[in-house]
Amino acid sequence: MLQFLIRRVLWAALLFVSVTVVTYVIFFLAPANPERQICGGERATTACLDEVSDKLALDRPIYIQYSKFLWRLVEPTVSYAGPVPVPHPKFDLGQSFITQQSVNTIVKNAAPVTAALVFGGAILWLLIGLSAGIFSALRPRSLLDRVSMTFVLIGISAHPVWLGLIFSYFFGFKLGIAPITGYCDFFNPNEAFGCGGPLDWAHHMILPWFTFAILGSALYVRMIRANVMDTMNEDYVRTARAKGAPETQVMRSHILRNALLPVVTMLGMDIGLSLGGAVFTEAVYSLPGLGGVAVQAVNQYDLPIVQGVVVFSTVAIIVFNLIVDILYGWIDPRIRLE
Amino acid sequence: MPLLEVSDLRTHFRTDDGIVKAVDGVSFTVDKGQTLGIVGESGCGKSVTCLTIMGLNPKRSSIISGEALFKGSDLLSMSPRQLREIRGDDIAMIFQDPMTSLNPVHTIGRQLIEAVLLHRDVTKKQARARAVELLKAVGIPRAERRVYDYPHQFSGGMRQRVMIAMALINDPDLLIADEPTTALDVTTQAQILRLMKQLQREFGSAIIMITHDLGVVAETADDVVVMYAAKVVERANVDEIFTRPRMPYTWGLIGSLPRLDADVDRLVQIGGQPPSLLNPPRGCRFHTRCPYVMNVCRTEEPRLLPVPGADGHLQACHLDEETKQREAEKLLASTLAEVG
Repeated sequence: MLQFLIRRVLWAALLFVSVTVVTYVIFFLAPANPERQICGGERATTACLDEVSDKLALDRPIYIQYSKFLWRLVEPTVSYAGPVPVPHPKFDLGQSFITQQSVNTIVKNAAPVTAALVFGGAILWLLIGLSAGIFSALRPRSLLDRVSMTFVLIGISAHPVWLGLIFSYFFGFKLGIAPITGYCDFFNPNEAFGCGGPLDWAHHMILPWFTFAILGSALYVRMIRANVMDTMNEDYVRTARAKGAPETQVMRSHILRNALLPVVTMLGMDIGLSLGGAVFTEAVYSLPGLGGVAVQAVNQYDLPIVQGVVVFSTVAIIVFNLIVDILYGWIDPRIRLE
Repeated sequence: MPLLEVSDLRTHFRTDDGIVKAVDGVSFTVDKGQTLGIVGESGCGKSVTCLTIMGLNPKRSSIISGEALFKGSDLLSMSPRQLREIRGDDIAMIFQDPMTSLNPVHTIGRQLIEAVLLHRDVTKKQARARAVELLKAVGIPRAERRVYDYPHQFSGGMRQRVMIAMALINDPDLLIADEPTTALDVTTQAQILRLMKQLQREFGSAIIMITHDLGVVAETADDVVVMYAAKVVERANVDEIFTRPRMPYTWGLIGSLPRLDADVDRLVQIGGQPPSLLNPPRGCRFHTRCPYVMNVCRTEEPRLLPVPGADGHLQACHLDEETKQREAEKLLASTLAEVG
């Protein structure tokens, strides 16, 4: 187990470095000119350009800039939990080129919004995916199966932005049962929107959740249906029936237990991936999540923010894959770790 | 009263290409404590026959008729619930491929215990004790510890022993073994057959042994049913089948047994392919491959008739008794020494 963890952490570090290096390289390959953006575009003065590129070290080679970025992340610091000194890496993502705001703060503010969207949406898509997937597998070619396969086709084809606009129009504007845009904090009332607390929060998240969940649930309905149908034909399912097990027990203990193993893997990867920003859904509903932050930062050539979001989503993916691997060893005895 | 009496059993499957008559009028009986061997090529309907008796065929696509009286009550007309109570309790089944017949995510203990708890009103602890007892009976070493192991930690032969333990755990009256040794290597095959015979004596179960291997039949069966293309073509006790076979298909099976004494380059085979059950040939279904084919075979289906002077021996062939006698003797003179 320890060996496994060490190996995984080393892989994670390698993955982390390669992803961030790629981001840096892309950023410098693109014909970007962050100092010009900062100095006011066309009206930039040479003095300002020089000052900015000197201050942000933009005139230095890429590898110097990258090592500075890495050093800020891992620089040893000591903070105090009460009177106890706790040494830890600094985890400093730097400051925005444009606003000079700390990137840590920006990510810290945006991440919960994305997390709320992703976890809520994932619960929804699992509910839809499991129920529709299992029932259509039980009754292939039935009306229910055809309806859910149509839903799958629409869900996979429809773009989240389009779906979001349609939802906003019908449920938000025409029917008025949910707010069209905006985000309310779960804990603190938001002055600008004048709302807050769990109820307002959920109310504002309903449409985003559905929009976000449609694609996921469409993919999961199809996957779960196929897995369950495959597993139903397994010999051990026939063995269970031959023992005299009732259908519910066959389904629960023999079919689903096996058919849902790959779903766990997929779910871990999908959640990790989406935590990097559900860009389209966030954009349609003006949610202040990571996706929106990243899009804005890319437009402004604000490398530290882009890098901050990349770091966060890389870590999310690594962590969720690790969770899945550990979980898998527990639910699938065949790959249990020695 | 026989333990199981199957009469005129038909199982037809609706497919996209038409109706496949997988089992087409099969009758046989199994007596208490006896072993019936069902022999035939792949796809002749021997497995489907038994799956139908167990009620394990896909419900929606199959059309089933006939009767299967188990201790006097018809299995085919029972409600799913009644059938469930019999399955795994009075009738148990062993499948061909032990590598895929056990659920990979549950310990074998759990799977054995499940079988007990479904039919017996006992505690989990008692069920576990029963599981260990059966694992010991089928020759699994350190059974107390191995109940906590998963199927992938067992070899193929050991898994088949586990399957046998699971089938016998509720002391069934009838055990249906669907090619129980086919997926195993030869030495393991012999062990498993010996084990089954020994356990049959201990548990007193009747066995239906489905196989394509006449060697297995010779070793285990009391009575034999030979199936060809969804029909029974010959039925007799095991001595009769090997000493006085009366049907050219049976001769073909006996003749194709591999021999150790003769120095041959190729194994003897029955020429041609089994017919499609979607559209079986008219007349005798074997006529397309039969070396003794006559005109009558192409038009008229032979009925399953008693062989004169042999009690309980039935055969379906148009050939006259004299020719059969002569050909059978010729065949046996060259083969029987080997089958012994």
